[in-house]
Amino acid sequence: MARMKFLCDADRCIECQACVTACKNEHEVPWGINRRRVVTINDGLPGERSVSMACMHCDDAPCAAVCPVNCFYETADGVVLHNKDTCIGCGYCSYACPFGAPQFPQTANFGTRGKMDKCTYCSGGPEPDMSHAEYVKYGANRLAEGKLPLCAEMCSTKALLAGDGDIIADIYRERVVTRGYGSGAWGWRTAYGETVTV
Amino acid sequence: MTLFSRLLTAFGLVLALSLSAPMASAQVNPTESAVNEDALFQALGTAPVSGRVTIPDAKAGTLINTENKSWAALQGQTLHTLSIVAVVGMVAILALFYLLRGKIRIDSGFSGRTILRFNAIERFAHWTLASTFIILALTGLNLIIGKSVIAPIFGEAAFGTLTAWGKIAHNYLAWPFMVSLVLIVLLWVIHNVPDKLDLEWIKQGGGLFKKGVHPPARKFNAGQKLIFWSVVLGGAALSYTGVMLMFPGEAGTAADWQFYQTIHALVAAALSAIVIAHIYIGSVGMEGAFDAMGSGEVDENWAKEHHALWVEEVKSTQERNTKQVATPAE
Repeated sequence: MARMKFLCDADRCIECQACVTACKNEHEVPWGINRRRVVTINDGLPGERSVSMACMHCDDAPCAAVCPVNCFYETADGVVLHNKDTCIGCGYCSYACPFGAPQFPQTANFGTRGKMDKCTYCSGGPEPDMSHAEYVKYGANRLAEGKLPLCAEMCSTKALLAGDGDIIADIYRERVVTRGYGSGAWGWRTAYGETVTV
Repeated sequence: MTLFSRLLTAFGLVLALSLSAPMASAQVNPTESAVNEDALFQALGTAPVSGRVTIPDAKAGTLINTENKSWAALQGQTLHTLSIVAVVGMVAILALFYLLRGKIRIDSGFSGRTILRFNAIERFAHWTLASTFIILALTGLNLIIGKSVIAPIFGEAAFGTLTAWGKIAHNYLAWPFMVSLVLIVLLWVIHNVPDKLDLEWIKQGGGLFKKGVHPPARKFNAGQKLIFWSVVLGGAALSYTGVMLMFPGEAGTAADWQFYQTIHALVAAALSAIVIAHIYIGSVGMEGAFDAMGSGEVDENWAKEHHALWVEEVKSTQERNTKQVATPAE
């Protein structure tokens, strides 16, 4: 099985926010929830770079380590998913995540957190694949349809890559060699303990 | 257009081209000064990598915060182990103590006469604090060690439901806990000021380890004072950090919240261990002790052995009162 990863080539990202919009639309993500976002570093300065960031589906995911109810699980593709039926909305995962991936809708009294929502790598949740129940809770399951996450598929400059970690790392490496520069595989060191070196 | 102006335009164009051509060749490659993850990490150390986002939530501008992983390891491993050690360790110590010392009896037996130790208000405050603390401690402990202790027994779904209810109980029962904590301070702080007698009590080990040894004490002995101050100070720390956890907006940054959570868990583990010892000595550990908080009336012999000076105080007050009633002021 492939080990699925995201890689954002910041030297190509033009901060068009299409990945953010694609994600919101594909999964009918409610107001105030951003499974993916684009962060611009050194905004307005020479050499500014934008990075599209969502859940990195870490190795030894820290969210899973702190979850009091063990609602996280890893699929055979290395995707970190969670069970919203078990989630108690405690928010611990959002403090453990280095990437700010876990999101919480304010549903209960006094603005308390509802069930956590995050990027599923377009692969749903524990419900049967492509079922209505799965769509309502987690959004579309594109992986089950044999497709990759829509954010990466829609990326106009092919900055955001999704797929087998080894293959997208090779693509990125090839780009860096060809053009002679690269700002790095953002988040890889933190998520997987290793980065893409050329 | 006149010839002159045409010439001027042409001249201007030539000038502009001649000026811009060398500038273009001297222009820096913008990718050379581009931010680079490795360099940024080295420059920032452990500080988070952040930038600008177009969404209203400014906190989303934090791109990578590696420090969160340290807290995750602390919460997921260290606090998990510490909590188990604190609770299981204290139970083991008490079991050992029970095996060696047995139940601490009233040396001179029950007298049959009782004396009022805690009135209804005191008992109400104590039991409100006690019952809320026990539920808070159990639901809190469940958040840390439940997934490795309770989940395997009940299964994920039932455990999830249980913990969801536990979280609600934890959030709401915190308030009566805090109110009764204040009540306890108001009622008992005057009796819990440390004094010279406490040193003597501690020197004699409170008489806990030897039969027939009973160091003198007023209403509260040094051991009880220790419980009181542990509960008051620990409870205050738990209350403050707990409110911060409940209202993360008030806590400040994520790092502040993580700090409060760590303190909350550590104090909770320590206080739970102390309270387990308190429950032991107030129930199975000592004959006649439970009545103090049960009916409020303790046996006179128990009171004389454990709180000799307090009994004298109560008796003399009673005597004075009856005298005053018998011979009213003229």
